[in-house]
This record gives sequence, structure tokens and C-alpha cells, in this order.
Amino acid sequence: MLISLSSYDLILAAILVLLLGMLGWAMRLGITRSLYIAALRTTVQLLLIGLVLKTLFASTQLWFVLLISLVMISVAGWEILSRQKRKLRGWWGFGVSTGSLFVSSFMITLLCLLVVIEADPWYHPQYAIPLLGMLLGNTMNGIALGMDRLTQTAWQQRAVIEQRLMLGQSAARAIADIRSEAMRAGMIPIINSMAAAGLVSLPGMMTGQILAGAPPVEAVKYQILIMFMISAGTGFGVIAVLWLISRRLFDERDRLSFKRLLKKS
Amino acid sequence: MSSLCVRQLQYLHCGPIDLQIEAGEIVGLYGVSGSGKSRLLRALADLDEHQGEVLLNDKPQQSMSAPQWRSQVGLLSAETFWWLDEVASHFQQFDPQQAAQLGLPEDIGDWPVSRLSSGENQRLGLMRLLENRPEVLLLDEPTANLDPQSTEAFEAFVVDYVQQQAACAIWVSHDPRQLKRTAQRCYRIEDGVLAGNGECVLDAD
Repeated sequence: MLISLSSYDLILAAILVLLLGMLGWAMRLGITRSLYIAALRTTVQLLLIGLVLKTLFASTQLWFVLLISLVMISVAGWEILSRQKRKLRGWWGFGVSTGSLFVSSFMITLLCLLVVIEADPWYHPQYAIPLLGMLLGNTMNGIALGMDRLTQTAWQQRAVIEQRLMLGQSAARAIADIRSEAMRAGMIPIINSMAAAGLVSLPGMMTGQILAGAPPVEAVKYQILIMFMISAGTGFGVIAVLWLISRRLFDERDRLSFKRLLKKS
Repeated sequence: MSSLCVRQLQYLHCGPIDLQIEAGEIVGLYGVSGSGKSRLLRALADLDEHQGEVLLNDKPQQSMSAPQWRSQVGLLSAETFWWLDEVASHFQQFDPQQAAQLGLPEDIGDWPVSRLSSGENQRLGLMRLLENRPEVLLLDEPTANLDPQSTEAFEAFVVDYVQQQAACAIWVSHDPRQLKRTAQRCYRIEDGVLAGNGECVLDAD
């Protein structure tokens, strides 16, 4: 059974956000503007995707599903890039973030659709799009964190990296510690939420399904599936990013070079 | 028996530089700050881009991998860095006797690196570098932070190593007396090229 939300229900929630913004403005906390913009964005974007999904579910065309996926991946790649303090120059930055999302989120969603869910047809947008969306949203965070940590720490510790190179260590070994630190930074959010799931927090998707009237155990199974996919996706994505970026930080003679990195923005 | 041969080396706005160093020889370099001495050592260690040829025992730099090259052509930079908590963790095998020869406490291997003074840093940096048994030593103002007594121990240590291993070295220093003590030949770096007839003189600069 699904209790439909009326416009008044949403307006009530919106008033809360409005009040928070006004309080923030009165206390000069400098959060009001970005809060309102984000709230507006979420309303417009979600309404739009709601309409798109409505059309999508009606048609179930493979090319249409692929097109939507492509747009989602590119936007997520762009989002990762915009959160970096030091980006790779040129198209590399966008290529690395989008490429890593592709190998992680896209491939894993594909695997999940073909092997686990087996809807008919397998690319049925009712499963494909929400799954990809959940994965992208979460792996995006991990990848952005890991990438930022790697470039920032490498920059701060360039003297140590060069010291290790001087002692005859290879580029891979000289940056190994920084790499594992960046990996940890990228993985901690999902590891934490897996550890806390059910005890501290009821994950969003499961809550949504239960609110929509699904039996709790079914919702839990889906949530476990999603959690595993997110952690695998984040892990593989961060590994891809670390590998690609640490290669760009060194040239063919294992020299550290930041000329392929843009200055701090 | 090690020899280093530098032909038409160019880096940044410096060069061309030609230099031949034979086994057991130490060459001193001096020059005003910013004349490109450190950059020259970095180019020789293949840490910076450069043109021209550098050969170790007639083998060109490009014929070995960069890590291989750097473990044989060891650079001791003006500042030394550590990345683990304890001193000894940076060594394959920490030798307390060697530390004592350099005037360091014998238990310094157990110290946290945060406790090291800049002079201790440099001497331990040398010990760590020599673990690779490099054939060429590139020393960038290594005793800038040492007192006269430790400086003497440091010099003796390097000269001893170069002679016993039949290695060779380039020693960058601002102190003409130090170069007179350690080096057989000295050059001044001026406008990015080597100047002087190779004699180590006391009234340099």
C-alpha cells in the first residue's frame, strides 16, 4: 500500500528549509544562499527525472536507457572534477573521473542487471536507472574524496616523494603510502555506512521501499545488494583513479612532475 | 672502479656542461646561490629533465631504469626527509658503529625522526644513502648545518668511502677550505657553465 503525498505535504517540508535559511541569514552563518539553491536544484532536477522516468518506463527502448545512463555518468564525472582542488590538465581530468565511474558504476550495474536481477528485458528502466543512480551517487563521493586526497597529499609531500626517488625507489613505491591513504579516504564513507547499517541508520533505499509498502525482508535484501555493489564500485573506481593519476604524476623516467596538474583553484 | 662522464649536459637555462670524473676522485663545485649547482646535481641524478649525455662506467643513463640509476648515482640533497616514525625503519640494517664514526649517539636508530636536529638529519641521510653502495655520490652542501667537529668526521667518512669503494663524488660547498680538504679538482659554476682551471683555491668567490 502506498500513501500518496500531496503538494501540501511537500510545502510543509519546504517551509522547514525556508525557516532554516532565514535563521541562518539572521545569524549570518553564510549558508542561506547555497541551501536555497540546492533545495531549488533538488526540486527541479527530481521533478524532471520523474517525468523522464515516466516516459522511459512507458517506452523501454535500449538506446534511450543508454542515453540517460551516459548523461548521468557525464554529470557525475563533472561533479567529481568540480570538487577537486588540483585537477589534471585538459581532458584528462574529465576522462579519468568519467572513465573510473564507467568501469565501476556502469559495469557493476550491468553485471547486476544481467546476472542478479534478470528483469525482462534486462535493461528495463525501472531497475536499470535507479540502480545506476544509487551507484553513481555513492561511488562519486568515494572517488572524489580519494582523488582529492591523492593529489593534495602528493603536493604537500612532494619533498618526501623525491627523497624516496633519490634513494632509488620506483615511482610506485615512493607514492605507495599516499596511495593507500587516499584509498582509505575514498572507502571510509561506505565502510562506515555498511558497519552502521541497521544499528544506527536505516539506509535510504530500504526506508523508501518500506515506506512504499514493500515487505521489510525484501527491502533488506535489495539494500544488502546495493551496499555490496556500492562498496565494490567505489573500491574499483578509486583504484582506477589512483592508478591513472599516480601515473600522470610521474614521467617515463620516474620523475615527479606537477606540470600535468592545474594550480589550486 | 667507477667513473662518471658528462657530455654537453643542458638543463633549464644552464649548460652545456662537460665533466669527467675518475674512480677515487672528488670534484668540488662552488658558485653564488642560484647559479644552478643543485639543479646540476638533480639533473645528474635524473630527477629533472635535461639534454645531453651522462654515462656511468661508459653506460648511458637511458640504458638503465631510473630507480637503478638513482641507486648508483646517489644524491644527498641539502635537506633530508623521513617518512616513517623511527630512524632505523628507513634502513635495511642500521649500523650503530657507523653512526658512532659520524659522531652520532649509538642508540639514534631507535629515535623518533621528529627528535633529530638538522645536523643529525644530514649525517643519517648520508648513512641511508650509502646503504645502496652508490658508485657516484652527489653531495649538495651536506655540512651546512654541522659544527666543525662533526664536519671533520663527515668529510673523513666520505673521503674514506670514495677511496675504499673506488667511487667518485661531486661535492657542492660554499666553503673553499672544505673543498681544498676534500676535492682534487674544483670548478666554479658561473652563468650555468663550469669555470676555472680545476685548481682548488682558498680565496674563491
